[in-house]
Amino acid sequence: MRSRRKFEGRQPVSEQREQIGASRRTFLVGGLSAGAGLAGATMLGGSGTAVASQSTELAAAAAPPPDTRKITLTVNGQARTTDVDTRASLLDVLRERIGLTGTKKGCNQGACGACTILVDGDRTLACLTLAARYEQREITTIEGLAEGNRLHPVQQAFIERDGFQCGFCTSGQIVSAVGLLNERPDVPDAEIPELMSGNLCRCAAYPNITAAIRDARGEG
Amino acid sequence: MSAPANIDAPTRDGVGDSPQRPDGIGKVTGEFAYASDLWHDDMLWGATLRSPHPYARIRSIDISAALAHPGVYAVLTHEDVPGAKYYGLDHVDQPVLAIDTVRYQGEPVALVAAEHPEIARRALAKIEVSYDVLEPLTDPRKAAFDATAPALHEHGNIVRHQPVRFGKISEGQRAAEVVVRGEYQVGMQDQAFLGPEAGLAVPTEDGGIELYVATQWMHVDLRQIAPCLALPEDKVRMTLSGVGGAFGAREDLSMQVHAAMLALHTGKPIKIVYNREESFFGHVHRHPALMRYEHGAWRDGTLVYAKAEIILDGGAYTSSTMNVVANAASLGVGPYSVPHIEIDTYGVYTNNPPCGAMRGFGAVQACYGYESQMDRLAAELDMHPLEVRRINAISQGSVLANGQVVDTPAPLAEMLDRLAATPQPEPADQTDIRNLPGGAANTTHGEGVRRGIGYGVGLKNICFSEGADDYSTARVRLAAVGGEPTALVHTAAAEVGQGLVTLQGQIVRTELGIERVVIAPADTQIGDAGSTSASRQSYMTGGAVKVACEAVREMIFERAADQFGVPADELSLAGGKIVAQCAGVLAALADFLGTEPIEAVREFHHRPTQRMDPVTGQGDSHTQLALCVHRAVVDVDVELGLLKVVELAAVQDVGKVLHRNSLEGQIHGGTAQGLGLAVLEEIQVVDGLIRNPSFTDYLIPTILDMPPMRLDILENPDPHAPYGLRGAGEPPTLSSTPAIAAAIRDATGLPLTRVPIGPEDIIHSVK
Ligand code: FES
Ligand code: FES
Repeated sequence: MRSRRKFEGRQPVSEQREQIGASRRTFLVGGLSAGAGLAGATMLGGSGTAVASQSTELAAAAAPPPDTRKITLTVNGQARTTDVDTRASLLDVLRERIGLTGTKKGCNQGACGACTILVDGDRTLACLTLAARYEQREITTIEGLAEGNRLHPVQQAFIERDGFQCGFCTSGQIVSAVGLLNERPDVPDAEIPELMSGNLCRCAAYPNITAAIRDARGEG
Repeated sequence: MSAPANIDAPTRDGVGDSPQRPDGIGKVTGEFAYASDLWHDDMLWGATLRSPHPYARIRSIDISAALAHPGVYAVLTHEDVPGAKYYGLDHVDQPVLAIDTVRYQGEPVALVAAEHPEIARRALAKIEVSYDVLEPLTDPRKAAFDATAPALHEHGNIVRHQPVRFGKISEGQRAAEVVVRGEYQVGMQDQAFLGPEAGLAVPTEDGGIELYVATQWMHVDLRQIAPCLALPEDKVRMTLSGVGGAFGAREDLSMQVHAAMLALHTGKPIKIVYNREESFFGHVHRHPALMRYEHGAWRDGTLVYAKAEIILDGGAYTSSTMNVVANAASLGVGPYSVPHIEIDTYGVYTNNPPCGAMRGFGAVQACYGYESQMDRLAAELDMHPLEVRRINAISQGSVLANGQVVDTPAPLAEMLDRLAATPQPEPADQTDIRNLPGGAANTTHGEGVRRGIGYGVGLKNICFSEGADDYSTARVRLAAVGGEPTALVHTAAAEVGQGLVTLQGQIVRTELGIERVVIAPADTQIGDAGSTSASRQSYMTGGAVKVACEAVREMIFERAADQFGVPADELSLAGGKIVAQCAGVLAALADFLGTEPIEAVREFHHRPTQRMDPVTGQGDSHTQLALCVHRAVVDVDVELGLLKVVELAAVQDVGKVLHRNSLEGQIHGGTAQGLGLAVLEEIQVVDGLIRNPSFTDYLIPTILDMPPMRLDILENPDPHAPYGLRGAGEPPTLSSTPAIAAAIRDATGLPLTRVPIGPEDIIHSVK
């Protein structure tokens, strides 16, 4: 069980972006601390509120402002060329530019796993990934798993085990499970929870998700 | 005339089977469209400016700079609301956009429509709102009882005070041989559905609006939206889009009126999607509770009285606080026979975030209070916690706190016995640290770890209570399609993940003896289905589909009786055929129907209920009651305060299993949300400000937090309900929280009176 942090007068995470490091995150921090328009666009009026926003999301995904570049992404085996804001996340580009909305946005912050995709077969959070850096890579989304009408064994197992309720986390769960079984085709039962713990399910279909992954193991 | 007896021949994938969800393929392939996936050519993006202050007067709003921002199509304030400026589920008290006062942090103040979401957000930053910041009223007890506290609404700060007076408390107090007292608190929980608020509003040529939204109850939305837009209800056409979980948080309006206003104003389709952070401000939460309990009993454990004060913080607006109060009051002593009861339940206004519906709805908070008390009583009497519950358990014929006689099976004693007989999990294998609290974080190898066991019992009302005319509407149309009898089912009921669309198909198959069922999209082109809440849709919309099928069947039988000269009461439907008792198959349904479909629209109402008396709380306020009991086994590292829930066992009486997979999913899900409340989840509000509006700081259970569950499902039918079913989604949310809290107390020996229990509560208390 993870532990809660208490916020008695302490800064919430939305004010603590500087502490987040690495890759796209570094980029984000640059944008934020530079006081660029992205950061200024807070949801709440006034200043210094707890609710500075995650407003970089959707950054220029739909209608590119100046800083754009034409990129070609390989998504589910197909080359997709599109203009993107160089700051746009792969999640926003997939959803808003390419029109593949199967990959979901649950938090846009790397905390829920709903946006899980595969990059060269590895599980990747599309919301923490800059699209412009992923040319030349093989991107697989939930839409790319089935072959025609034939579901991927993990998809089939999720159906048979009722591994979801509302289904909002399901794309991420399934893609994550496919990635897990790529990494560890013989993953022992005891390790499945640890290796799936990046994917939240508020409906808590967890027992059935575990059962589905066990079923699919060895069938892939 | 009642419908002829149902066919005996079971139909495949009917009631009691576990067919696959009709929406399953879409959900596993990514094709199922949630509200946030909607797209319309030429659409604009809406965004909402929210108050940074929990309490302030608005001096002025200057939108000129925002309006001048390139790419912005509209900036709207309260002045632009076309019709009624307020809406609300029970009291019409919530401004569409703040007028002169903001009463909570995050209250909507202005709207922007722009060609890109980022432009919309930049424009929001250019709206100048000048506030006179006021001292927020955040202490619910003060709000309720301190005459010097400012009144946040015209009628004061008490939304509802519901007393319960049963028996004669003074007699109980005289008779009691032991008395236990406790003060308990429940923190503010968030529904935290994974799919944030979203929707699309499309203006129509006739000056109306089409709304595609994720909601729990379209018709109640409609009744609030139409007046605000100054449109007749038939000019607001709603269609349910994919719902990414609900749990109560979609019962109130969020972006519906806002998107519609922007669409009407700009003449363009408007999409609004909240991000995760905004979602924490965009919906109501579970009411935090302050509770004082006092129970008196004889030495043998028999309860003689119970006294309680329950204060529920409703935050800034009414939402569903009225009904949450009623639940906490009427179910305030739980499923125990108590001869003398005095309860005072208050719902109050404060400047904290508004609270309303969440799975369990008032019954959750009370359950944590009375179950904590049952453990105290057991400890005081040196009895087993199950024994003290068993002695006082209700059964059919018992009387509840509201004076209502339990007139259907309520086998609580048996459920407790079954729980007692459920095998215990083995001690943790400490050679694998993943089995220990802290897990792979490597915080212990077993030193400091103690195991605790705790129990919880919950009683939940199912369906709307207190005299609400609760009903649902269904249309069933049976036609021959491609030589196959095919039923089309149309309702306005919201599928939010619980599996209602699956169940509708099962019911049709069972009632009409056919295989092919198509579920039409839910919209407001048909009558009200009521809310997907109160664990009521299997009962109510299931009931409506069933009676509509019965009507269709009756029409078939009448026509067939004429045609074949066989009495209608000898007919049945099976395998897609009309069958007569003596003559065998009369016709294939598809041939019989030919080109003339048979259709019926029916409403289903549950039996009437009564309002609670405002002074005594007496009245048969509930239609149905459902029980769930939990045993929690928890390992606690008492030195670090870390813990691991090892196992949760549940016994639940569901009346009748309609779809075992979905049912188990509901019990898992309800239990997990109770676990979250017990040890993880709290919206931390400091001076009216939410400090943790993110999934990194508001923790919901992961797959690692979810322990193995043992389920024991009983089927004691409720003769008043379709198929004898009992609503099942909420009861497990009640009982898992107190069970886990009790297990932690058992392991640590600490009183731990507040949930969620965090490591700091354990280590700071250990001396
Ligand atoms: S949306 Fe990417 S992790 Fe939540
Ligand atoms: S199925 Fe609803 S969040 Fe997982």
